[in-house]
Amino acid sequence: MKKGATIYLYELAWILPSIAIPVGMLSALLVTAFGAGIHVPSDAGRVDIATLGQKAPFDKLGLVEIGPLRYEVRMIGQIWTFGENEIHIPAGSTVTFLATSRDVVHGLFIPKANINVMLLPGLLSRVTRRFDEPGEYPMMCHEYCGIGHHLMGGKIIVDPRS
Amino acid sequence: MATAVMQAPDFRTERRVTSAYLIVALVALFGGAVTGLLQALEHAGVTFPASDWLLRSYYHSVSVHGVLNALVWTTFFICGFLQFIATRALGRPLASRRLAWGTFWFMAAGLVVAAIPLVGNAATVMFTFYPPLKAHWSFYVGLTMVVAGTWGVTANLAMTHRAWRREHSDERTPLAAFMSLVTFAMWTLASAGLAAEMLFMLIPWSLGMVHGTDPLLARTLFWFTGHPIVYFWLLPVYVSWYTLIPREVGGKLFSDPMARLSFILFLFLSAPLGFHHQVADPGIHEGWKLFQAFLTFAVFFPSLLTFFTVVASLESGARARGGKGWVAWFFKLPWGNPSVAAQVLAMIMFAFGGIGGLINASYNVNLVVHNTAYVVGHFHLTVGTAVTLSWMGITYWLVPHLSGRALWSRGLALAQAWLWFVGMLIFSVSLHELGLRGMPRRTMVSAAPYLQDDWKGLLLLVGIGGTLLFISAMLYFLNLVLTVTVSRQPAPAPPEFAEASSSAVESPAIFDRLRPWVALAIVMLVVAYGPVLFRLVTTTPMNVPGFRVW
Repeated sequence: MKKGATIYLYELAWILPSIAIPVGMLSALLVTAFGAGIHVPSDAGRVDIATLGQKAPFDKLGLVEIGPLRYEVRMIGQIWTFGENEIHIPAGSTVTFLATSRDVVHGLFIPKANINVMLLPGLLSRVTRRFDEPGEYPMMCHEYCGIGHHLMGGKIIVDPRS
Repeated sequence: MATAVMQAPDFRTERRVTSAYLIVALVALFGGAVTGLLQALEHAGVTFPASDWLLRSYYHSVSVHGVLNALVWTTFFICGFLQFIATRALGRPLASRRLAWGTFWFMAAGLVVAAIPLVGNAATVMFTFYPPLKAHWSFYVGLTMVVAGTWGVTANLAMTHRAWRREHSDERTPLAAFMSLVTFAMWTLASAGLAAEMLFMLIPWSLGMVHGTDPLLARTLFWFTGHPIVYFWLLPVYVSWYTLIPREVGGKLFSDPMARLSFILFLFLSAPLGFHHQVADPGIHEGWKLFQAFLTFAVFFPSLLTFFTVVASLESGARARGGKGWVAWFFKLPWGNPSVAAQVLAMIMFAFGGIGGLINASYNVNLVVHNTAYVVGHFHLTVGTAVTLSWMGITYWLVPHLSGRALWSRGLALAQAWLWFVGMLIFSVSLHELGLRGMPRRTMVSAAPYLQDDWKGLLLLVGIGGTLLFISAMLYFLNLVLTVTVSRQPAPAPPEFAEASSSAVESPAIFDRLRPWVALAIVMLVVAYGPVLFRLVTTTPMNVPGFRVW
């Protein structure tokens, strides 16, 4: 009887922290998402694949200035290129990437800017980041997209402001 | 004959069925080990030895490696092992031996149908086969047969349990049998996503019956199954850790009710959280991703229950063997028993794998690691070690039992388990760090123009770790082959199921029921997936054509 009671106590002593640990981690996660505003890619709508490249936003590709220190980078990923090898932007720019795929699934991965989004044919991917630090930001495809997958990459070059 | 009814079942069919599954599983693992070595060496700078008659490219190799290890080795081992365990625990043979053999041959036929295009480079689409990459139709048909075959195992286990229940109406189902049933019930529900993707999308599309597909709907259905599949791999490991290992180390299972509770939680929490694999996908609102991240944290609870119960059971054994202190008891475990050593080493690795998994699932933190080498490091700790090294430990008693011959060398088996542990430590830590430094996964990285200087030292370690793992795997196969061919000693008895300090009768009766929990699992799936799936199915134009770009 006493032994059974001890076991219940041990069980309880483990169950409570087993609830507290995930709840604590979740709280930290909510703080970063809503307090610090670090969001993940959301639903940005569909892209008509039949008219791809003819309609906005993909009628004009590459870097588009939309305001002072505000840019859009419009890209169509396809085997095995982003269409842009080097994109120059001034430091302090806020850049919105609007991207999709012309063929298979690709990924847009810019690790130094914390950009990580899939490019699916028929869907619009949208990510906005601010680039403060001058330097080279490697950009690569991180989803297997065929035999030349490892060749698909490029660079964002953030130029110091003179 | 009347006398035959009175005898204890001899389990001859069950032994043969289990042996058949095990042979397929081990052949797959062998292929997985060879391809794995070539890929690890590629990372270390050795040019991939592509050839026209076997592996056409690095990516062909990765596809073969993933399918053989993650789909074939796992599925076939589970079907063999849990049918063996459940019938032992219930003390009765399978309800239908014809169904058992029919299921095995159906799955084996499916495997052959899928393997032909895979080996022939007509299905170099990875084991995730995301469309619009388009494999030969036979790849999808074969894999669907393998998945559908597992439902035959579910049916047979359920019928066997029902027959047992008729004779034992007021007893609790033996723990190992209950766990086996829960595992297959969970999997059968979860596999609906993959089955739907195959039957309604990929098979008609690859046969040319429909023109287009939708990559997002396909990915959503894939991950509907793709996350719970990791619990399908893990729960059979837990069966061994909960019901066999305590006795193998000379102790008792700490608590039978806690074990049941954790499995029931896995039954309804394993599936409704696949969006945490799609955090970076467009077309799914971030609110749904956050909601499923919550559920992923909920499933961490039964994992912690398992951690506690298993470690407490180990401790009871070590103390019975004279272990003392807060931590020092750990060294009193029977480390000379390769079955125990392999599984305890697997547990240590799994602690890190579990923590890494939480990081992956942590919503916005996922952006740091998604599709990087970090993920590869992660699942080589989980499915590649917690699961694979544990199963190796299990085969160190199961293969001798099935073949009637003692293990050829216990010393070699111990060396193999430690070598796997050390090799994986080097391999996995390097890949985790490479991922954090921004290296993408599934990439022939030595040939990539963006190869960074600060990756190179770690990539060399990936090659070294991978080589140690390959040597360990070869020692494992050598030992098993010599066991069934050369060993002349009779096999020792297989481990018995552990007694529990806190036994099943102390748990509420609902802990021995399945239907209410299956119903809850269905409700959870409808809540977590219903709205998104409904929207995707009703709005997708289904117009994306396929590509063969390898």
